[in-house]
Amino acid sequence: MSQEPEASASDVTVPDALAPKDQSRARIDVSAVAAMAPQRVETSTVFECADVDVYYTDFRALRDVTLDVNSHEVTALIGPSGCGKTTFLRCFNRMNDLIEGARVEGTINYHGVDLYQDEVDPVEVRRRVGMVFQKPNPFPKSIYDNVAYGPRLAGVKRSEIDDVVEGSLTRAALWDEVKDRLKMSAYGLSGGQQQRLCIARAIAVQPDVVLMDEPCSALDPIATGRIEELIAELKTDYTIIIVTHNMQQAARISDMTAFFSVQANEMGQRTGELVEYAPTSLIFTNPDDPRTEAYITGRVG
Amino acid sequence: MSVLTTPAGIAADAADVLRRRPGADIAGAVFRWLLIGATVFATGFLGVLLAVMIVDGWDVLSGNLWYFLTNGFSQRSAAESGVSQGIIGSLQVALVTGVFAVPIGVATAIYLVEYAQDSRFARIVELNIRNLAGVPSIVYGLLGLAVFVQTIDRFTKGASVIAGGMTLAALVLPIIVITSVEALKAVPDSLREAAYGVGATKWEVLSRQVLPAALSTILTGTVLALARALGEAAPLILVGAATGFLSFGDANMFETFTGPYTALPVQIFNFARLPGADWGVNAAAASVVILVLVLAVNGLAIYLRNRFEKQW
Repeated sequence: MSQEPEASASDVTVPDALAPKDQSRARIDVSAVAAMAPQRVETSTVFECADVDVYYTDFRALRDVTLDVNSHEVTALIGPSGCGKTTFLRCFNRMNDLIEGARVEGTINYHGVDLYQDEVDPVEVRRRVGMVFQKPNPFPKSIYDNVAYGPRLAGVKRSEIDDVVEGSLTRAALWDEVKDRLKMSAYGLSGGQQQRLCIARAIAVQPDVVLMDEPCSALDPIATGRIEELIAELKTDYTIIIVTHNMQQAARISDMTAFFSVQANEMGQRTGELVEYAPTSLIFTNPDDPRTEAYITGRVG
Repeated sequence: MSVLTTPAGIAADAADVLRRRPGADIAGAVFRWLLIGATVFATGFLGVLLAVMIVDGWDVLSGNLWYFLTNGFSQRSAAESGVSQGIIGSLQVALVTGVFAVPIGVATAIYLVEYAQDSRFARIVELNIRNLAGVPSIVYGLLGLAVFVQTIDRFTKGASVIAGGMTLAALVLPIIVITSVEALKAVPDSLREAAYGVGATKWEVLSRQVLPAALSTILTGTVLALARALGEAAPLILVGAATGFLSFGDANMFETFTGPYTALPVQIFNFARLPGADWGVNAAAASVVILVLVLAVNGLAIYLRNRFEKQW
């Protein structure tokens, strides 16, 4: 794939980066998107969500979510199972596009660009907004190739890939453990190492935001501790949105917390909604909503 | 049934309650022996078949096997007849079958799984393809005669190797589509999501992650389908293999694809039809030859699978 040299992954100018970078992907005029976007530097808001509804075909999974996500913070999404927090997380990088029948209404602005307008290329969105999944899902390739996959797609020069791989693995606190076996299978790593590899893979394309969907749910407490330390370090460079079932985890690592709950309508369909969104310290000490309090104190599941 | 009352009572009963009672699981034991019996019957049947073929064809297999393999059909006598035309014809037909069936079949599967996904259209197409896999092969022979031999005879030159190969391609196409669909569905969605998550396009996800992951299964299914094509006689008889005797003359290898031909299973059929015990010996020997050929192709499938299934 041929690409302009200046379009490498190290070029982190948002938001015109959302426009397709090479001709094969060009669906829109780059300058048009740039013109739509206000200047980035001043704002500290990465995402502005207004009245977000998510439907799976006719079923409304999530309704009326309005919140802003700040840059270089950890935003935690908590709530009981089925409350739509993972569904909401997957809106930020248009991962829901992959699900047949999924539909997002309302607006999600990313640095002022509406992510769901026709002119936005979801592939470019996912380069800016990386994702780490619930179960570690490395590619069936070597450790090296796992990290190098994204940068190669983004057209990073062959000579620079080595540095990107080392840098990403170092940033993910994995380099020392794997530097002697980079060419070996990623499946030979432990669960915690695999998850850190997935984090390295996500940051190798130098995204702006990293989404994490219960990244520690399959890990033991020690591996969980390491990932949490890592998240705390990563927020100096990235904006992080994390879904977690573990409220202590949310309390430990996040700056902002959004509590979701679920309500069943008369037909028995369960629709998630945002109950409260506030600084984490407030949510866990002095929540506004009685439902939040009941949940975090463990009285309601 | 003992009632659990006091700790002392539980302790007193324990030895008795836990003791193994012979005959408690008769149904399980009977079932197990039924399964063993079925397995023995199936393999035994195959063994007998193989033994009968080898014994019947022994005169040819032990005496002049090389002559049998390297010489063509002779109307004069069974002893002067061989199956070289059939072997070459079968391999040529299988080659044409593969050329037509594999790309179309795999492409269809990719479309159904990755693009049409779970749409109504995809489900209807898939159901029909599964039904097509159950259509008797003679029906495909009729199709081949009508379409490949007669309608597009400018391309196939009538009842040629190409027409035969295309007929068998139509026959095995459903099998290739089904196995490829299953192989693609077996690739976990987490792999696709991982690739999309770092900004891969659909094409990049497919070509670099999903297809490599499914390749070994697709290959195995494809080769097994070709092995099935190797063994088919009925449709080939309809599209010209019965009358054709491969003769190179001064034709080059490429021209033989548009000329008359025969195939191994058809030759067996011809041998078996002729009167006289010595032709029967030939039929049995040719059966052993085709069995070895099919076995070799299946062996290739296993080799390829192990080769590509490099588990990371």
